[in-house]
Amino acid sequence: MKTKNNSFKSSMGKLFKSLKPYLPMLITALVLIIISTVCMLTGPNRLSEVTNVIQKGISINLTLSDEELTSLKNGNSVTSKQINADNLTAIIIFNYVKDVDNSTDGFVAEDVLNINIDAKITTPNEEKNVTVDFDLSMGDVLNAENGFFDITSFNGADLSALGGVGVSWANNQLSLWVNTKAEIDIVKIVRICVLLVVLYLISYATNYAENYIMAILNNKVSYDLRKRVIEKINKLPLSYFDKIQYGEVLSRMVNDVDTIGTTLNNSFTDLIAAGMQFIGSLIMMFATNWIMALAGVGATLIGFAFMFLIINKSQRYFVEQQRLLGLVNGEVEEAYSGQDVIKAYNAEAQTLKNFDKKNDKLYATSWRAQFYSGIMHPLMGFIGNLGYVVVCVVGALLVHFGKIHFSVIVAIMIYIRLFTQPLAQLGQAGAQLQTTAAASSRVFELLEADELTDESAITNQLANVKGNIEFKHVKFGYTPNKIIIKDFSVKVKAGQKVAIVGPTGAGKTTLVNLIMKFYDINDGDILIDDVSIKDLTRENIHQIFSMVLQDTWLFQGTVKENLRFNKTDVTDEQIIEACKASGVDHLIKTLPKGYDTVLDDNTNISAGQKQLLTIARAMVEDSPMLILDEATSSVDTRTELLIQKAMDKLTKNRTSFVIAHRLSTIKNADIILVMKDGDVVEIGNHKTLIKQNGLYAELYNSQFEN
Amino acid sequence: MLKLIFTRLNKKQYFAVVGMIVLIIMQVWLELTIPDYMSEITLLVQTPASSMSEILIVGAKMLACAVGSAIFAAITNFLSARVSTGFGKRVRHDIFEHVNNFSSAEISQFSTASLITRTTNDTFQIQNFVARGAMVFIKAPIMAIWAIIKISGKNYHWSIATVVAIIFICAVVASVTSYALPRLKKVQLQTDDVNRVTRENLTGLRVVRAYNAESHLEEKFAECNDKLTKTSIKVDKAMELIAPSMSIVMSSLTLAIYWIGAYVINKAHAINKLIVFSDMVTFSSYAVQIVMSFVMLVAVFIMMPRAAVSANRLNEVLYTKSSILSGEGVKVEPEQKGIVEFKNVYFQYNANDADEYVLEDISFKANKGDVVAFIGATGSGKSTLINLVPRFWDATKGEVLVDGHNVKDFTLKDLRKRIGYASQRAILFSGSVESNVSLGETEPNVDSIVQAINISQSADFVANMSGIQAPISQGGKNVSGGQKQRLSIARAIAKKPEILIFDDSFSALDYKTDKTLRAAINKELANTTVLLVAQRIGTIKDADLILVLEDGKVVGKGKHEELLKKCKVYKEIALSQLSEEELNENKK
Repeated sequence: MKTKNNSFKSSMGKLFKSLKPYLPMLITALVLIIISTVCMLTGPNRLSEVTNVIQKGISINLTLSDEELTSLKNGNSVTSKQINADNLTAIIIFNYVKDVDNSTDGFVAEDVLNINIDAKITTPNEEKNVTVDFDLSMGDVLNAENGFFDITSFNGADLSALGGVGVSWANNQLSLWVNTKAEIDIVKIVRICVLLVVLYLISYATNYAENYIMAILNNKVSYDLRKRVIEKINKLPLSYFDKIQYGEVLSRMVNDVDTIGTTLNNSFTDLIAAGMQFIGSLIMMFATNWIMALAGVGATLIGFAFMFLIINKSQRYFVEQQRLLGLVNGEVEEAYSGQDVIKAYNAEAQTLKNFDKKNDKLYATSWRAQFYSGIMHPLMGFIGNLGYVVVCVVGALLVHFGKIHFSVIVAIMIYIRLFTQPLAQLGQAGAQLQTTAAASSRVFELLEADELTDESAITNQLANVKGNIEFKHVKFGYTPNKIIIKDFSVKVKAGQKVAIVGPTGAGKTTLVNLIMKFYDINDGDILIDDVSIKDLTRENIHQIFSMVLQDTWLFQGTVKENLRFNKTDVTDEQIIEACKASGVDHLIKTLPKGYDTVLDDNTNISAGQKQLLTIARAMVEDSPMLILDEATSSVDTRTELLIQKAMDKLTKNRTSFVIAHRLSTIKNADIILVMKDGDVVEIGNHKTLIKQNGLYAELYNSQFEN
Repeated sequence: MLKLIFTRLNKKQYFAVVGMIVLIIMQVWLELTIPDYMSEITLLVQTPASSMSEILIVGAKMLACAVGSAIFAAITNFLSARVSTGFGKRVRHDIFEHVNNFSSAEISQFSTASLITRTTNDTFQIQNFVARGAMVFIKAPIMAIWAIIKISGKNYHWSIATVVAIIFICAVVASVTSYALPRLKKVQLQTDDVNRVTRENLTGLRVVRAYNAESHLEEKFAECNDKLTKTSIKVDKAMELIAPSMSIVMSSLTLAIYWIGAYVINKAHAINKLIVFSDMVTFSSYAVQIVMSFVMLVAVFIMMPRAAVSANRLNEVLYTKSSILSGEGVKVEPEQKGIVEFKNVYFQYNANDADEYVLEDISFKANKGDVVAFIGATGSGKSTLINLVPRFWDATKGEVLVDGHNVKDFTLKDLRKRIGYASQRAILFSGSVESNVSLGETEPNVDSIVQAINISQSADFVANMSGIQAPISQGGKNVSGGQKQRLSIARAIAKKPEILIFDDSFSALDYKTDKTLRAAINKELANTTVLLVAQRIGTIKDADLILVLEDGKVVGKGKHEELLKKCKVYKEIALSQLSEEELNENKK
């Protein structure tokens, strides 16, 4: 058995192979994604530049720590650490001048502080040292609006060299603000903003262009896959469909291809964009500091492990959910199509109980699947936060031991955010890819099933068929271990009407399947005009025979289209002629639009009438030989008699095979083959077989006995 | 759609929804606090003076918020998963139960296939919508309102920018959906077409090959495939506009706020600059939150049309009432038991259809133990006629009486208890031979099952299948057509009904089995009234009464010999099956 991973790989590989014709499109899309992502990723950096420029134009601030404040209040002089801004460095010294309130937890209006600022201002042209010294009455600060007291205009201290100084007292914290004199560099801001607008527009345009290309691409891929499926359907041996339900094939054609289309689009884009961001930030992190990078990645890896655990688990529930949905569907189908019977037996409650059992199971799996898939997003959010905290703590430790400068932490923190951002997207894309893989493995399983034997080497073409057919020791079984036809031999001369009778399961339809080469015989041979069917193409054989089956098959379309089918060269007159011959002309004329009536589910025609139409279709095809497989089983016996007459005209001089339940249909056959358990037990015509007094006579007489 | 959703939630689920709202409020609160801690921790790390313990404490607080929010989110998600799938379960149950009470009229109105899709597929669509939509519908407004409160009154320039962004989003979504919606519906229809043509090819596999029509069908398919692909590309092209638009709006909004901010700060008074600056940073992060919640809502609104289509389809089913209603119930006199009588019965499928009656003026009476047979051409109304007895349909005019009472006066349960019915197309359900034969019985009686299996001539093959416990697969695929019919006959007999109805149930049996089966029924169930539709003269010629139908009218009524003499149609039918000599020979 293949492992899950292998089947994932192989089906994705096959899917990518089917993308091959669109490689140029795919590469264009890829380039566009890269451009778009790069534009998008530079965004935050540029935006922080804007912030920097604005910040430069504002101020620097200093807040005293609790220890410093206590020390100050205890009457000590407090010298701040040097504060650095772009164009200004300053050391500030605080001193208590007057301390009215001795308590340690605040100031009163009468308190006075002396503040000394020793600053160095750097402008492009010069470096200037400025010393400012002033006394500050805390009353002014406490009464100030917003808790900010602007000292700039205060009692004569020359603060003009600085942009402005302010003091605030809020939340038991004393802060000092120094405004640099510099204005915000609006020109620079406009330049960056315009650049950003351009970047955003490029990103928008490339993003849409890429989406546009992918939309076309995934639709084309879906188109191709659907086309391949339908062509495949027509190339598969019939035996393939013995093992698979039609609904299953349909579901692959429609649902699975649809899934591939939509997920391909989303997951592809997400995966590339998120992957790029992921790898890019990873590289940048390791380049900046490997210890912190490891710490950050370690934290997120835990998250990844969780994510894969969840994907794995939820995938199981999703698969189970799909299976149970199928079961419920089956239950519903059974109940709805057996409505009459359920009602007639008052079995509604019982049916509902059975349904509920499966419905409950579906619910139990369904909510779990839903839960696991829904938990992904909050989990990823948490992991992002975890990574952030871990990096902060490790970074602070490293700074503490003097290993790095804190600017390294700032850089890493930006990268860790960029690193964790795409996690959720990757998770989602991963889950989607799983679905894509599941869907494509179903589609490719169908596409790769063994086809009918190749016939391109056969050049024989049987024209002007006489109609001699010979079965020579034919042996056949639908499965090798269950042989149905053991040793079947018979010779049919041109123009003979051959009837095949016998109980259900005797192998009557199987014989027809073999002549038509729907199935290949295991052993022996069938000869048409002394040519083995192995040396004839199926197409050729199908040309020779017209066939009418018990299962009436009509498609949605007008009556005329149904009768003409693929014989495009048949005139309307010929169609009407055939209908008159098969006695269906009258019926068609009573339909609302006659020959142009569209046949669909709502058309009120009975099974018997449908059979008449399929017989007419066979007459339109007008092939040299004819096969009727229970073709009149749903037609009432009087109508059948009329068809019979038409048929006899039609089968005159044509070799024909008739399978029938009603023995009246075949009384005038030239050869009657009586089959039982895959063997021909009696051969003869009606008279000789009745005389023989065997199985045929028994079957025939049972309709009269009392 | 909302009504469909809200009326199907039970108390527990409402409780869960309230819980979700509370949890989401807390979760939003935590989520909006995390950025504060994040900037605090950033500040601390950037400030050389801060101690390790401070960083650890803030880090721990932030982690606690993150853990809390993740836990709340997980619980919310759990509740949401339970509520949405529980809702889906309930809807499936309701639809299934409702459809079970439909009469044939409603079922054919919707078609079985469509009802199946509605029960599973459409329900699933809505369930998914509830699953994804519920949380967003609660969370997005809370987040938006919260964020709006936080930034209200800060600065009208920025507010204008935010409003413009929201209007832009709404405009993009409105124009895209108004373009895409009609085309989406078209996509749905074209998908149906692709489905149909594929289905046609599959079901007609042998015919298609016999006529060498593979390429013909492939061309037809290509046409549908082309159309579908073209419309689908059109829709996708429009829909793909949404994601990049959302992304550019989000980035542009931040940019706009900063850009505007630069001017505002510049103009502000020296000290205020800083306040304005920090306001700007907060504003931009909350504005993004607001826009984000709109984007979330938009995502739901994109899902909505599809869900609404499904909801409509489900409502159509739920609001359709069965046209066959149970009667009040009657008391049956013992001597009336087993009598079936038709009194001038007319029937048409669609009562508004003025002209065509499917059955016209049918009258007959079957006494207890009688065998009444119906014969006629395909489409002459035989099945329709006997379907009036168990009330699969109701007579348009006239009266159908069972046990001396109009069938409409019985409760449906009581009426159907009196009737054993074997349908034209034998229907078996997955289960066992026993569960099929004892369908509807709460306490199956093994003796009557075995007896029924014997009478229906099923004993041999049932024994070969390992007895009455032998499994039957879906649709009875593991038994042949004739065996299916015999089991469905056994089912009718096992019920020990007063009246047996066989709707062409003998057609797949060979003559021999047909004969022995009828003989067994005559012998074992002599007191049971039998209504019998058949094609074969042989099957019905011993009946007590034969009704010959043509175009919905009775053209002959009597016994076999009488009808041979006086009914032309009957004689024609007979002659089409037996030769003149055989008929005569048979008379002797």
